[in-house]
Amino acid sequence: MLPTNTHILYPEFDYHAPTTLYEVTELLAQYGDSARVMAGGTDLLVQMKMERRQPSQVISLMHVNALQGISQNGSLDIGATTSIQEIHRRLPQLYALAEACNGFSSIQIMYMATLGGNLCNASPASDSAPPLLTYDARVTLKSKTAERVLPLERFFLGPGKTAMQPDELLAQISIPAPLPHSGSAFIKISRVVADISQVCAAARLTREGNTIRDARIALGSVAPTPVRAAGAERDLIGETFSPALAEKIGKQAAQEISPISDVRATREYRQQVAAVIVRDALLRAWERAQ
Amino acid sequence: MDKKTIHLTLNGEAREWRVYPNELLLNTLREQEFLTGTKYGCGIGECGACTVHVNGAPRLACLTLALACEGADILTIEGLARDGKLDAVQEAFLGQSAFQCGFCTSDMIMMTRALLNENPQPTETQVRDYLRGNLCRCTGYASIVRAALDAAEMERQETA
Repeated sequence: MLPTNTHILYPEFDYHAPTTLYEVTELLAQYGDSARVMAGGTDLLVQMKMERRQPSQVISLMHVNALQGISQNGSLDIGATTSIQEIHRRLPQLYALAEACNGFSSIQIMYMATLGGNLCNASPASDSAPPLLTYDARVTLKSKTAERVLPLERFFLGPGKTAMQPDELLAQISIPAPLPHSGSAFIKISRVVADISQVCAAARLTREGNTIRDARIALGSVAPTPVRAAGAERDLIGETFSPALAEKIGKQAAQEISPISDVRATREYRQQVAAVIVRDALLRAWERAQ
Repeated sequence: MDKKTIHLTLNGEAREWRVYPNELLLNTLREQEFLTGTKYGCGIGECGACTVHVNGAPRLACLTLALACEGADILTIEGLARDGKLDAVQEAFLGQSAFQCGFCTSDMIMMTRALLNENPQPTETQVRDYLRGNLCRCTGYASIVRAALDAAEMERQETA
């Protein structure tokens, strides 16, 4: 086999640049599996250069205004093609998500990449997924004839696999209005800042005085999909917060995951580090939950 | 797969391009416009060598379809100097001799320009963070960071 030449885009395809959501869903209904939607292109074009994906139809979403921007309608609604840079700049109060966006490899990628694209790529190492899981985010999937809303947890099925049907499009990510006295944090361990995470974790805590009223913990790069540590969450709710509790829960969350060894880190390393960053994320989230 | 026609602005001038769907912005810049200041490095978004400005924001030309640039305003290193006068960032890079082999120079300058447009007075930490996606394999980062800070200072004095 010839070595991959990433200096050209070898596969041939037809390019579509629709301007309305309806046109997008019509194209998806027509082409199904042979089409791939493209937002920032930072994942899809790399996969096409590597010949891991060869869609015969590429549908650009970047001229569909209805898919862009952030609005507040009770819940916080984020259009699927809103850039990571815009989310980082406009939603600093969502600490965990903003911290995750800032960890996106480079500034250029932050400008190009989109939230919907990061989720649809369905990488186990997605930086945006763990924070969104801690916010109980929901995704809106649209096809030509129907629309459904899924909890983000049920969206991820495996590496590169989502619950989306070939004729469906991820249109929007919605975050329920945060409970008062909530705080969140995201921590990522990687070789250098611009690299894919070896392990990452997000936490959200809601406090009532010194008591934990609600808790979420989610991790990335430790399973085939981004995952929540549900047992650890349950053991936080109703308890009085203390650094010792955060330490204990960090260890417990690390026991709930079963990471693999790969080129980036070993299973043992991931498990040990997960305990530490879950603890630290809990401490930070608690501090912010004033 | 047929060529399509698009219209855009390149370094301040109107352009009409005939491009294939699988043509990358970087290929068109280098092979159709002969603007070879923008470099091809890794091709997968790791090195930053192909950084150009599209509608004012820094983007990787190796991961941008040429067709997606319909209506866009594109600035490359060749368009940075105006009326025969170098940009402050270019002057500062010369002043610090902030290059060894020169391969990353265009992208470092374009990225520094984007930073100063967003944040005219960055700290050293902010410079290092903004340039984190731009690799210099001669590892001449110290002089590049000094040049970025010099450029900020030159522009502060100009506007003062």
